[in-house]
Amino acid sequence: MNMADKSRLSLWQAAWVVARRDFQAILFSKAFLLFLLGPIFFGAISIGAGMLGAKAADSAEPPRLAVMLPAAEAEAIVRAHRDLDGLIAIFPIESVAPGETEPDALLSDRARNLGAVLTGSLARPRLTGTQDQIESWQGRVSLLAARALGPDAAYPSVALERTRSSMASTRSAQTGTATAAITLLFLLTMLLAGMVLSNLVEEKANKIIEILAAAIPMDAVFVGKLFAMLAISFVGIAVWGSLGLAGLTLGPATGAALPTPAVGWPLFVALFVLYFALAYLLIGSVFLTVGSMAATVRDVQTLSMPATILQLAVFFLATFAMTDIGSPVELFAAVFPLSSPYAMVGRAAQSPELLPHLLAIGWQVAWVTIFVRGGATLFRRRVMKSGPAKPKTKRRFGLARRPTGQ
Amino acid sequence: MVMLTQTEAPPRGETSATAQRPSRERPLAIEAKGLVKRFDGTLAVDGVDIAVPEGAIYGILGPNGAGKTTTLRMLLGIIDPDEGVRRIFGHDRPHDIARLIGYLPEERGLYPTMKCDEAIAFMGALRGLTLEEGRKRGRELLEAHGLGHAIERQIRQLSKGMAQTVQLLGTLVHRPQLVVLDEPFSGLDAINQGKLEAMIRELAAEGTTVIFSTHVIHHAERLCDDVAIIAGGRVPYAGSVDAARDSIPAQVRLETRNRDGRWRSALPDDARHDIKANGAHFWYFPVPESGIETLLKQLIEGEAGVLSLSIERAGLHDAFVEIAGAAAARALEQDKAAGEDA
Repeated sequence: MNMADKSRLSLWQAAWVVARRDFQAILFSKAFLLFLLGPIFFGAISIGAGMLGAKAADSAEPPRLAVMLPAAEAEAIVRAHRDLDGLIAIFPIESVAPGETEPDALLSDRARNLGAVLTGSLARPRLTGTQDQIESWQGRVSLLAARALGPDAAYPSVALERTRSSMASTRSAQTGTATAAITLLFLLTMLLAGMVLSNLVEEKANKIIEILAAAIPMDAVFVGKLFAMLAISFVGIAVWGSLGLAGLTLGPATGAALPTPAVGWPLFVALFVLYFALAYLLIGSVFLTVGSMAATVRDVQTLSMPATILQLAVFFLATFAMTDIGSPVELFAAVFPLSSPYAMVGRAAQSPELLPHLLAIGWQVAWVTIFVRGGATLFRRRVMKSGPAKPKTKRRFGLARRPTGQ
Repeated sequence: MVMLTQTEAPPRGETSATAQRPSRERPLAIEAKGLVKRFDGTLAVDGVDIAVPEGAIYGILGPNGAGKTTTLRMLLGIIDPDEGVRRIFGHDRPHDIARLIGYLPEERGLYPTMKCDEAIAFMGALRGLTLEEGRKRGRELLEAHGLGHAIERQIRQLSKGMAQTVQLLGTLVHRPQLVVLDEPFSGLDAINQGKLEAMIRELAAEGTTVIFSTHVIHHAERLCDDVAIIAGGRVPYAGSVDAARDSIPAQVRLETRNRDGRWRSALPDDARHDIKANGAHFWYFPVPESGIETLLKQLIEGEAGVLSLSIERAGLHDAFVEIAGAAAARALEQDKAAGEDA
């Protein structure tokens, strides 16, 4: 063994010393209290975000009415729909041959986005769907049937047959879950990135950074600070998660009212925590690097603004993209490293496929590695104005291999 | 390389074999050649060479802005030199031997909410000590230096001098073989300066190499075996204090009642002049080639009003003036005065 190995901490040992100190210091600080209160803050923000989510849900593909009538009557309905479209706000329709399948099966078909199924006849129409949907469409279906019957026909009475759910209602609820999850992810990462930045600025102001820089590699300081804040966030999540679980267990049975994500709650929670960690590590690296370049608090404010705008842009992109899973915009949001965790959380709420998550997690881990290494390298060069002015490319992403000194 | 086989200093109170050997025979703890550093195009350090023997007390002497701190930071690996090489105990990557080094930066930094023993333990942990051992040693050090009552106090509750002592103890808690102190006397009162001088001597007696920067010549003169005089980013002199003092001839120290008169022609034109509080005039100049008896005769005949006359070996201050120039010496005096005011 090289004698020098006995005389220094490894990168991870040094990072652990920094992380342990930061974790303990932040855990008993006002900043952590603020972070713990974050979900309350989230509640207030979610009112605004809910409006955005509602708008997003509105802009998603609207549910359709399946017309399962004899061919002649179905053609009459199509004509009537064509006449009325533009005159009144009316749902899109889709003809289905009678006997092809049962209304319940139609409503749960993932390939179709059906809100209700029209059966029976024009004179005695029957509307099958969720209670909200059929009550909402009842009047317009009667108008449509009367128009199809002829100019002097009376408005027929529409019989209603309720089902527990439809794919359209499920999708609408899952859109709400996706919006809430993306908003929560955004708020948590925003709070944490701000905390990690202020923590670094405080150390620069206290001149402690000089002691750290003399004792351990700056890469270790970067990694230690980044992971300390991640650990802090897990404490916060654990606190609120426990409270939430206790509320669900001890309180009234409200579970049925929560819109279930497409991948199911256990997997969704696991994916959320994973995507949260990846989203934080990506944006946290950016913010720490920004902090390393700042000499004063004013510099931090100036330099962090573009990073905050980037974060907001990523949030809006993911929120917009989640309304149309599989679209080019959604695929772009899922591939672009900074928006990928947000987009994939939205996807987990709305699509049961798991393979894209495996690919996305691998992709994001690769980018986290690049961001952390790149951030640590820049951090080392900038925070103490260290290193050669024109670095060689081959050293750019090296965590541990340095020319001299560090 | 040799030093790395020994990771801990000998117990306090015992004088090490290293310390007993003449400094010229000892291996080098620090060796730097041609160090250059620029900041945003400005040359801060311009080709500094330094060689510090193991167990020595080594001073880097120069006014503020001369490049002392930048040099120390390069030696420690906090910043990398743009040019040149540095070796600490034979290693060109100081972080590789971080456990052997203790560093007190010029701008003191401690976490304000940490307790004293925790702060020392944290600094020890950065150098490889366990927190438990760091706390134990921290308490012992605090007790030994009269700060036992402050063990449980937070750093923000301490006076500036106490906080500075805590940081110094944190610098020493892992028992380093090389201690680097950047302006360690700055901000300390006379009593604590004396204590620090004693501590530095004690460290050296145990075989620890101590290198410190200062703009106060007396500290360097009292403590150091060797010094590097640094001015304008260059090192015009690096060597023993004795050699620096011997590099200029012995000085005449003349005290007169009068300032002017025929006798002034006996003094060289560049004789340094001071007026003391009692109104007496002091003159400093090299011993004239004509000899001291001739000088004394001229002074008496010229009615200088001689109060005293002595021949003194040049001090480090005189050597500094001679080596670094009068401007650097004035800057040094101004820094010292500013430090005392602060």
